[in-house]
Amino acid sequence: MTKKFVLGIYDDEDVLLQAIENVRAAGTNIYEVFSPYPIHGIDDVLGIKRSRLPIVAFFCGLFGTSFALWMQIWMLGFDWPMIIGGKPHIALPAFIPVTFELTVLCAAFGMVITFFIVTKLKPSFKVNVFDKRSTDDKFVMAIEVKEGVTNMPALNDLLRSNGAIEVNEKEVIK
Amino acid sequence: MTEERLIISRKTTNKFFLMIAIGVVLLIAGIIIAAMSSGGHHAEGHGEAAAAGHEAAHWSKRLYMNLWLNNVYFTGIALVGVFFVAVQYVAYAGWSVLIKRIPEAMGYYLPIGGAVMLITFLLGGHDIFHWTHDYLYNQFLEDGVTPNPQYDPIIAGKAPYLNFWFFLIRMIAYFVLWILFFNWLRRNSISEDLHGGTDYYHKSIRISAMFLVVFGVTSSTSAWDWVLSIDTHWFSTMFGWYVFASWWVSGLSVITLAVIVLKQNGYLKLVNANHLHDLGKFVFAFSIFWTYIWFSQFMLIWYANIPEESLYFIERLGGNGGHFKWIFFTNLLINFAFPFLVLMTRDAKRQMIMLKIVTIAILIGHWLDFYLMMMPGTMRTDAGIGFIEIGTTLIFLGVYLITFTKGLTKASLVPVNHPFVEESVHHHV
Repeated sequence: MTKKFVLGIYDDEDVLLQAIENVRAAGTNIYEVFSPYPIHGIDDVLGIKRSRLPIVAFFCGLFGTSFALWMQIWMLGFDWPMIIGGKPHIALPAFIPVTFELTVLCAAFGMVITFFIVTKLKPSFKVNVFDKRSTDDKFVMAIEVKEGVTNMPALNDLLRSNGAIEVNEKEVIK
Repeated sequence: MTEERLIISRKTTNKFFLMIAIGVVLLIAGIIIAAMSSGGHHAEGHGEAAAAGHEAAHWSKRLYMNLWLNNVYFTGIALVGVFFVAVQYVAYAGWSVLIKRIPEAMGYYLPIGGAVMLITFLLGGHDIFHWTHDYLYNQFLEDGVTPNPQYDPIIAGKAPYLNFWFFLIRMIAYFVLWILFFNWLRRNSISEDLHGGTDYYHKSIRISAMFLVVFGVTSSTSAWDWVLSIDTHWFSTMFGWYVFASWWVSGLSVITLAVIVLKQNGYLKLVNANHLHDLGKFVFAFSIFWTYIWFSQFMLIWYANIPEESLYFIERLGGNGGHFKWIFFTNLLINFAFPFLVLMTRDAKRQMIMLKIVTIAILIGHWLDFYLMMMPGTMRTDAGIGFIEIGTTLIFLGVYLITFTKGLTKASLVPVNHPFVEESVHHHV
């Protein structure tokens, strides 16, 4: 299935940010914006919601803490009790370094794995580069064309009046 | 960029003086109560302590300990102000320019801190430091033959470092160096406001780099001198870091709290949630850093369980009749668990009310931390938190606030000609 996109090409970061605001204010949905580098404040103007990844991190960390404590208490306290350095079987201060490390490990791995799953990032992942110049020195704003709904000339005017140096159309296999 | 002048009204200054007055009243009341209740109580039961060279705790000892505790705490906070500015310069930091006048003004307490420290040491040195007693160092009594029962070979072995004159010289040297660098940085910063240009900025970076070297050494040695040597027999290689961590997170809390209070009173208009977010991150991160240092010190001593090392923690846990146990655990709860859980989310770091609650808690927590470092080794079971403690703290707080706010009024709150001021205005996290 192919989808049709209108691409507005920009060559200035500030013009782009202003254009995004105006295009969204005009009621047009922006599919995606491509930029050679991260732009400060673009999340806000695009209306992208804050990532919920920190919540995942918190619960993965919590899991790491509980798992580490459970593991050490069970192993050294119940499964194979040993006296080490004259300390009690369940010697909490000695368990803290491992608990700390496992908390960090679980939080970090949990975040990375969740990120891969959510973004469907895997070795066979194909990237649709709408316009190769967005990896060099241009910014590309992609707007999905809905047959019969999108007013093409008006959209063209909207993009150009907001500083687009070019407006192209492109069909992408999805 | 427009100047922003802080105006401290007469009413506000009067509030600070009232704070000092209440402190003095509480202190006097506390001393009277302590003087009346002591006497009979201490006469018995302290034979053992007296034999070990301790005098029975007197109200004056408690007063000196409180002066010392508060002065070390507030001097550290003042010093951290200078350290913060220096770090920002050396790191070429842009975000902090709008708030840099606040840590800068914190250093105005340093001369007072130096004077109080010197006077307290000269008057109450024997009460604070066990090692200042001469009889510990003589192997033999006056006849030169009879062994001195009070001779302490461990303390005598530390005499090249821990002796009255060298200690005094070091103390004066620290304050001279700190005040010198504080004035130097401050002068450059104010001249920059008047004349502009980047010369002052580059010069400030060089001064800051020099100060950081001085601070790196003196922050550790001053911690050994003023805090560690109270427990003369004990030693810990983590201690310099531990005191620094405590000072640093308290100082960051003061900076954050001052920024919020100024902002809520209509100053620092250009400071926004992004700057608070970064300050919040600092407070959050260094609460964890303090805990890390605390635990590194505790766990190794706990695990090795060598008597001369573990004594320090025994005095603070089960020893002294469990007198300090609650502070020991409160310390961890208020300085680690509370800021860690509350400041974890992004939203909490961007809200003034959350930051306010946490920074105030941390300031109380680290006062308790210093209390826990100093009191068990000196006051033992006679330590308490009563009128004397609260009174002395209020006096110091009042004096600190007067010098700090007075320092703030001396220059524009916005360093108008700092080369990175524009970057700071547009700071975005």
